[in-house]
Amino acid sequence: MPGDITINICMGTGGIAAGGEAVMSAFEDALASADIAASVKKHCAAHKVGCRGFCARDVLVDVIENGGKHTYEYIKPDMVKRIVEEHLAGGQPVQEWLVKEDYHTFHGKQVRAVLADCGEMDPEDIEAYAGRGGYEAALKSLTSLAPTDIIEELKRSGLRGRGGAGFPTGLKWEMARNEPGDTKYIICNADEGDPGAFMDRSLVEGNPHAVIEGMLIGAYAIGAQRGYVYIRAEYPLAVQRLTIALGQARERGFLGRNIQNTGFDFDIKVKLGAGAFVCGEETALIASIEGNRGMPRAKPPFPAQKGLWGKPTVINNVETLANVPYIMRKGSGWFAGFGTEKSKGTKVFALTGKIRNSGLIEVPFGISLREIIFDIGGGIEGDRKLKAVQTGGPSGGCIPASLMETSVDYESLASAGSIVGSGGMVVLDETDCMVNVAKYFLEFTKSESCGKCIPCRVGTMRLLEILTRITSGKGRPGDVELLQELSEDIKMTSLCGLGQTAPNPVLSTIRYFKDEYDAHIIERRCPAGVCKSFIAFTVLEEFCKGCMACVRVCPSGAIVGEKKKPHRIVQDVCIKCGACFATCKFQAVRKRAVYGEIHTR
Amino acid sequence: MEKPINSISLVIDGKQISVPSGTTILDAAKQVGITIPALCYHPKVSRSGACRVCIVEVGGTLVTACTTPVSGGMEVITNSPYVENMRRDLIDLILSDHPYDCMVCQKTGECELQELAYKYSIRNPVFRGERRQYAQKDGNPFIDRDMEKCILCGRCVKICDEVQGVGAIDFAYKGFWAKVCPPFEQDLNCEFCGQCVMVCPTGALIGKNWVARGRYWNMREVESTCPYCGVGCTLSLHVKENEIVRVTAKEGRGVNDGLLCVKGRFGYQFVSSPDRLKTPLIRRRKGGDLEPATWDEALGVVASRLKRVKEQYGPDAIAGLSSARCTTEDNYLFQKFMRAAVGTNNVDHCARL
Ligand SMILES: Cc1cc2nc3c(=O)[nH]c(=O)nc-3n(C[C@H](O)[C@H](O)[C@H](O)COP(=O)(O)O)c2cc1C
Repeated sequence: MPGDITINICMGTGGIAAGGEAVMSAFEDALASADIAASVKKHCAAHKVGCRGFCARDVLVDVIENGGKHTYEYIKPDMVKRIVEEHLAGGQPVQEWLVKEDYHTFHGKQVRAVLADCGEMDPEDIEAYAGRGGYEAALKSLTSLAPTDIIEELKRSGLRGRGGAGFPTGLKWEMARNEPGDTKYIICNADEGDPGAFMDRSLVEGNPHAVIEGMLIGAYAIGAQRGYVYIRAEYPLAVQRLTIALGQARERGFLGRNIQNTGFDFDIKVKLGAGAFVCGEETALIASIEGNRGMPRAKPPFPAQKGLWGKPTVINNVETLANVPYIMRKGSGWFAGFGTEKSKGTKVFALTGKIRNSGLIEVPFGISLREIIFDIGGGIEGDRKLKAVQTGGPSGGCIPASLMETSVDYESLASAGSIVGSGGMVVLDETDCMVNVAKYFLEFTKSESCGKCIPCRVGTMRLLEILTRITSGKGRPGDVELLQELSEDIKMTSLCGLGQTAPNPVLSTIRYFKDEYDAHIIERRCPAGVCKSFIAFTVLEEFCKGCMACVRVCPSGAIVGEKKKPHRIVQDVCIKCGACFATCKFQAVRKRAVYGEIHTR
Repeated sequence: MEKPINSISLVIDGKQISVPSGTTILDAAKQVGITIPALCYHPKVSRSGACRVCIVEVGGTLVTACTTPVSGGMEVITNSPYVENMRRDLIDLILSDHPYDCMVCQKTGECELQELAYKYSIRNPVFRGERRQYAQKDGNPFIDRDMEKCILCGRCVKICDEVQGVGAIDFAYKGFWAKVCPPFEQDLNCEFCGQCVMVCPTGALIGKNWVARGRYWNMREVESTCPYCGVGCTLSLHVKENEIVRVTAKEGRGVNDGLLCVKGRFGYQFVSSPDRLKTPLIRRRKGGDLEPATWDEALGVVASRLKRVKEQYGPDAIAGLSSARCTTEDNYLFQKFMRAAVGTNNVDHCARL
């Protein structure tokens, strides 16, 4: 109603971690008290909403009145009273707590298509979703469209899988639809195992109904009677909201028997994953649902031919499915209006690393990396120099600063030696060592390999061992070539996508940063000053005031000295954590290069 | 209804061939006499494509020959320098995590991995690094498991599950430390049929009693029939210095087609046991010891006793129970004897109990 005030409080995992629940109850308490109600004189309702992207500013609170929106950042429970008094009752927003310019630039170049309702409504309320047009697409599909119409519409939209491989979704559905057989399945892949990725979690937490609606439309299009959401158990809030949403969808007749009196039956089961990265691979995921060890199998047959329990099965990523109702509601033309020739629509990325504004962003395909990093991301923290962007998580690669004009789409990122992947985007600056970055990702893939095939099981271990010796000052001439040969072996011969892409971080860093490898191996130094074997911390006596600050923070007791006298770092005890370096106010602690041991083969 | 079998034409290493649709590249290649090396493939179990050694080139990309079905017009190259080099590197990677102790390994000479190492002349692996090391600890009497030699091909897991129907072992742990073992790493506690030992391509699974008893090239193989039960499995007795030192079964021979049970495979020591009976025994005096006798004497005793019981109490006072270890012909004769000579229908067989 006009005059009513809606208060949206971010309660995604980020919002809750920042204290969203306490802020929520502070608002509820305040609004429930009689004298405040009397002074506000308007109908106010506080809602929890899902992730809005800028988690670093949580708790974010929107106050919406007459279509106008004021957004507060960094809200704590004790700030609520003043907002209620001055803004809700007095009509004067608390200026100093409102979001600043960078909040708006963060959103400036974003397009909220699949995230349109995420962060704008209560994800635990089906009415909120329905009120924003939710389930209209499903209703229209089930009552007035033939399954093939839906598939054609999806093909026209150009939607491609958001789970990593970018396979055209309409085509995948058509394959499963054309397979003979009455029993078919649709699975939503919500395993999201890439380190640092939280796109799918945020979507399920913020708009679970869109995922359910997408699955319902998909089930109708391919002829499936049952669906599964395979979601990792480490996502308790997402699981909880999904379960609530499934219950509400059943109550409202969007799941179960005879959906909306159309005679179509469909229901969805939730299957919890135990946090193995490889279980995100579709055939391993199917094995896991079947109760077997999550190990991939050789394709063909593809899941669309022989999937769950040997039946034709469509597996789609969360974001892929959540796009479907919007495409069916707003039309393929609307969707295809975003993006490039071959990559249509938008993509959600988890923007992290050495960036000013990190968070969840949605951008149209075709935007440049520069726009993401400098416009949306606000540039590099501390105005240091950008070195590279790592995209696609452990399966992806690093794109150097010189290629920042690269368009973000499937083809361009691939030709730059990386991938769109599921949407991880880590920004690296001059203080990052690229060999160390490669090593970091190999540590991950090596321990997440299922062990089934030899190149991945043994090969990733050997890659990691070579990277480890390079970063610890024991690199040997020829190591780069050895890495390249082994990477090629693993890429070409591994059974599944995990192994086939695991060498990408190595290959792309060698492609663009071979000088850093050479510096480690030949010159025995780490240009970024990251690899511990190549650095030492020392105290410059003339600058040291003897304040004891470094002595107190040193976790290994390596710093000796008395008050008001210059301190000294005992090198044998020092673990090179850099705590003293970060603590010293007088720049008396210096990081310097040491030369590694010389090793020959 | 059977699906009609379509014939598919393809070219493998320049040789034109037609095979039924659904045939894998590996099987098709075999038909034109091309052997593609493979470590996880085994005809008795489902395909897994785990070892990747059977990679071949199809249209510029690599596929595993054991899992990829042929398709029309396919051009397969099994031995290009590119493929051979990849294969060499795969074997190299396996060997980089393998104890180089072929000299004392029981499997020497029969080891599929050793054969490939030899073929690709991998004296020193290019890739080196940490090796899995496990404290050996199995206490069971039949099977030695040396998991450092395991290449995780999965043949044992599959044959135990798919053929034997037991499922005593499976994969545990992840990545480099993945390991085939019984639940919770307990001792192997199964039927000990040894099917897993039979299919193991390396020295990871070995019959305990075979160890240091001889190399296969010093043995004579004698085909025989298992005496344990009426199935009559065909055995290969491996004889060294006139003693059986190992029993195997050959694929394609007899009703068992390569499979055996614990008794047939591991229970052969009785043949040369000093306790073994060589003549019938008779107790000549009441309370006395059993003493060796001739067959004539022994059969005479049985005949006269049976006759006496039959005269005194009638034929139905006698019952006969025959053994599954006898041949079908012997069992037939036995029931004939009970019915025609003794005159009773009281005849049964241990396999019915
Ligand atoms: C090691 C590995 C991990 C994967 N993890 C995920 C994941 O967490 N979520 C996901 O949607 N797809 C993941 N995928 C991709 C899936 O196999 C599959 O391609 C995808 O779910 C298909 O959905 P889409 O067509 O909608 O992208 C993974 C693939 C590999 C090889």
